[in-house]
Amino acid sequence: MTGGSTTGDDGATAPSSGLHEERAAWPLWEVFVRSSRGLSHVHAGSLHAPDAEMAVRNARDLYTRRNEGVSLWVVPASSIITSDPDAKEAFFESPQGKDYRHATYYTKSEGVKHL
Amino acid sequence: MSEANASATRITPGNALRPEDIALQDATPGDAVARYALGLGDDALILAQRLGWWISRAPELEEDVALANIALDQIGHARSFLTYAGRAWDKTEDDLAYFRREPEFRSVHLVEQPNGDFARTIARQFVVALYQWELYSRLVHSSDPTLAAIAAKAVKEVDYHRDHAIQWVLRLALGTEESRRRMIAGLRLTWPYVEELFTDHPLIDEVGDAGVRPSELRASFDSAVGTVLTEAELEIPAVPGAVGGGRLGRHSEHLGYMLAEMQVLAREFPGASW
Repeated sequence: MTGGSTTGDDGATAPSSGLHEERAAWPLWEVFVRSSRGLSHVHAGSLHAPDAEMAVRNARDLYTRRNEGVSLWVVPASSIITSDPDAKEAFFESPQGKDYRHATYYTKSEGVKHL
Repeated sequence: MSEANASATRITPGNALRPEDIALQDATPGDAVARYALGLGDDALILAQRLGWWISRAPELEEDVALANIALDQIGHARSFLTYAGRAWDKTEDDLAYFRREPEFRSVHLVEQPNGDFARTIARQFVVALYQWELYSRLVHSSDPTLAAIAAKAVKEVDYHRDHAIQWVLRLALGTEESRRRMIAGLRLTWPYVEELFTDHPLIDEVGDAGVRPSELRASFDSAVGTVLTEAELEIPAVPGAVGGGRLGRHSEHLGYMLAEMQVLAREFPGASW
């Protein structure tokens, strides 16, 4: 027994057998919470879990303990393909200068009553 | 009541009964019901103290949170039971938690057992959660409205504790050779303390319809355990039962050390609030 708590344990502080070091890390999961019916699931954060079922349970513990949600999705982070952060301009700013993509660009034709 | 409900931090779904409400209500238990509530409250309190040890020590951060949440649920149950019991003797939940000596506690031996490794803690959780679920799912029909209300809130939370423990029993038992070895060892160390959970004491006759007779929970507990252990390809350990007596104030050598740690602050600074 090492120092510290008198009420604790004998097993968890046992000398390392090397197993811990060799253990593979739990995979990362992304968590999506739907706060109420009719709304979309919104990304709430991420967590580690050994498998999908435990990921849902951990998500419940970490992201819904205060009535935040009515539904949870977990997705393996490795399954999410992201846009390239370095390609931000080309990817997201192309609408600039293309006013014709917006409805306000157009003037209403005479005689159109219900537009 | 309305003022307390206005606080955003005190929302309780379904208006579940809170310890603060129990302290304010008029209902006062008779001595027998109070002593019965004391035993259930002590079980929850001691288990919570044990589980709290895992905070920052669990295998992963997420499991820290899971065990801490379970510990907090148990503290909540303990607060309700002890607050209610204390009304019979004009004592607060803190009086009962921090200023009783070891022989005055009425918890079962199982909850004071050392944490051991993660598998041993899960084995203890597995037994406690299944037992508490059987107990509370019947206590909701108690003739004592306060006990019924405490049980109604607790059973939903314990249902999750049960699920958490079962998931881990399955994963440890069917995981690696090492995790399986530890799960088997954990169950073996835990099983001697199962018997005491289902032992009827004379108090239960005094309590009557307000309580639940422990021996009547055994069959459904065994059935639930059997289902999980079959799926986990485990067997009930063939070990003799330990000498119990926790409900009579006779405890194992572990409880005194726990209480010393749990009570030191309150006893050093009586009346302190935190």
